[in-house]
Amino acid sequence: MSELDSLYREVILDHYKNPRGHGVIDDADAVAEGQNPLCGDEVSIAVAFEGDTIADVKFQGRGCAISQAATSMLMDMVKGRTAQEVATMSRDELLDEVGIPLTPVRLKCALLGLGVLKVALHKGKGTPLPDEWAGLEELELS
Amino acid sequence: MAVTAQAKLDARKLRADFPIFEQQIHGKPLAYLDSANSSQKPRQVLDALREFYETSYANVHRAVYELGLRSDAAYDGARRKAQAFVNAETTAEVIFTRNATEGLNLVAYAWGLDNLGPGDLVLATELEHHSNFVPWQYIAGRTGADFAAVPIDDNGELRLDALEELEKRGRVKLIAVGLVSNSLGTINPIERISAWAHERDVVVVVDAAQAAPHRPLDVRALGCDFLAFTGHKMCGPSGIGVLWGRRELLERMSPFELGGEMISKVTVEKTTWNTLPHKFEAGTPPIAQAVGLGAAIDYLTEIGLPAIEEHEAELTRYAWERLSEIPGLTLYGPPPERRAGIVSFNLEGVHPHDVAQVVDAEGVAVRAGHHCNQPLMTRLGVNATTRASFYLYTVPEEIDSLVEGLLKARKLFQ
Repeated sequence: MSELDSLYREVILDHYKNPRGHGVIDDADAVAEGQNPLCGDEVSIAVAFEGDTIADVKFQGRGCAISQAATSMLMDMVKGRTAQEVATMSRDELLDEVGIPLTPVRLKCALLGLGVLKVALHKGKGTPLPDEWAGLEELELS
Repeated sequence: MAVTAQAKLDARKLRADFPIFEQQIHGKPLAYLDSANSSQKPRQVLDALREFYETSYANVHRAVYELGLRSDAAYDGARRKAQAFVNAETTAEVIFTRNATEGLNLVAYAWGLDNLGPGDLVLATELEHHSNFVPWQYIAGRTGADFAAVPIDDNGELRLDALEELEKRGRVKLIAVGLVSNSLGTINPIERISAWAHERDVVVVVDAAQAAPHRPLDVRALGCDFLAFTGHKMCGPSGIGVLWGRRELLERMSPFELGGEMISKVTVEKTTWNTLPHKFEAGTPPIAQAVGLGAAIDYLTEIGLPAIEEHEAELTRYAWERLSEIPGLTLYGPPPERRAGIVSFNLEGVHPHDVAQVVDAEGVAVRAGHHCNQPLMTRLGVNATTRASFYLYTVPEEIDSLVEGLLKARKLFQ
């Protein structure tokens, strides 16, 4: 399999073309948006809680296949989990799911959604903000 | 009018001057279509750098020993080459900077902080690179001046008719405009803008980063007040740029950076400034980089800037034609006859990052992103484009490789 085929493997293209959890939540408890300053990619994530549990989560965005597919996969992964659990979720958990070789530049694409989600959880539930997420300082926290 | 026969440029032959092309990328010949981002370097420049370091290197303007004198001669010689390159009246007007960005910041701070205030209006354009946009927006904010951008039309060309309306917003003090757009390749009518500006005592700041490598520059013909460009896009090293400024303005301006070299006399009570251009060159300058830029200027001058311009115009026409054949591809900006060797486009359903990644597998290097042009991207209604840009060493086969890569991307994302 060529490098390109492993990067754009079927599951990535499928999530890109048919994103899961795409849309808005009308009465969201928290919303956050972020940009990858390198390329202008945007992701906005809305969360609705039931107690501490993420009852619903949806995203909207414009960006490359990697950023949009990774965010789509993330939606599947976090629904039903608690805010605290997801706030401390390691990036490797998402990257394992994405399952493709990423250069440092593309890593930022893949992690954009997770960073934005953690900001939304922070806004909704006061969970700690991670400090290791590239580009997070660019996020509007207001 | 006398017609000078201009030898046509032989890109295939010139390519042999660039060692970078002696390799393959992912098993394919390198198709380097990102020269608007940074150009590759010919052996002539690399050799000049090595020779300078090996035979003549010392700090400049302070040593009395032989090596110091050689270094001075090389550094000052590079300044004279830059002077001739832009047709400046004197080397006093030629300031070495780190890059075009630093040159533009120098003007924004050293001219802007002292000359702008409430009621004034600073103009940039929707085409500007962030380097000729953000400093003006920021300094306008710091001084209480208003800031606005001259809009473009749907062809990506400046709407100079809008100036009349913009003038009503405040006293226009300065207009910051690029000679060639880094995203769309639009060639802006600087002479017309200068004529308009000088009827109103408006200072014209030209970003020539995308023009200097590709077409003849003449600051006197352009009629501008400041013009900045960078070495690394024109076969020179990174870390060196040039700011040309009109002498009477530079003389009246406060310094930008402060420290060694830029002073005349320092006491505890007071410091006075060095003469031009040294007043604006604090600290040890990028010495070898300036020498490298001088070698790059020699290289480009020998080939001939008009020949480079014509070669790129041919490539642009060819690229336009080939890219237009691709279904679902949108090209942005003016038609090929009214632009420089830069084309920006989008392929329907494929993000530019993914386009760049797929064509990289074909050995093709293109830029994907907002190109430091976010206001322009907003105007175009996109958040990124893919950009291919050409130079003296570009051959049509590289454009063919790009087209093949784009067809693959299209298939992959179908």
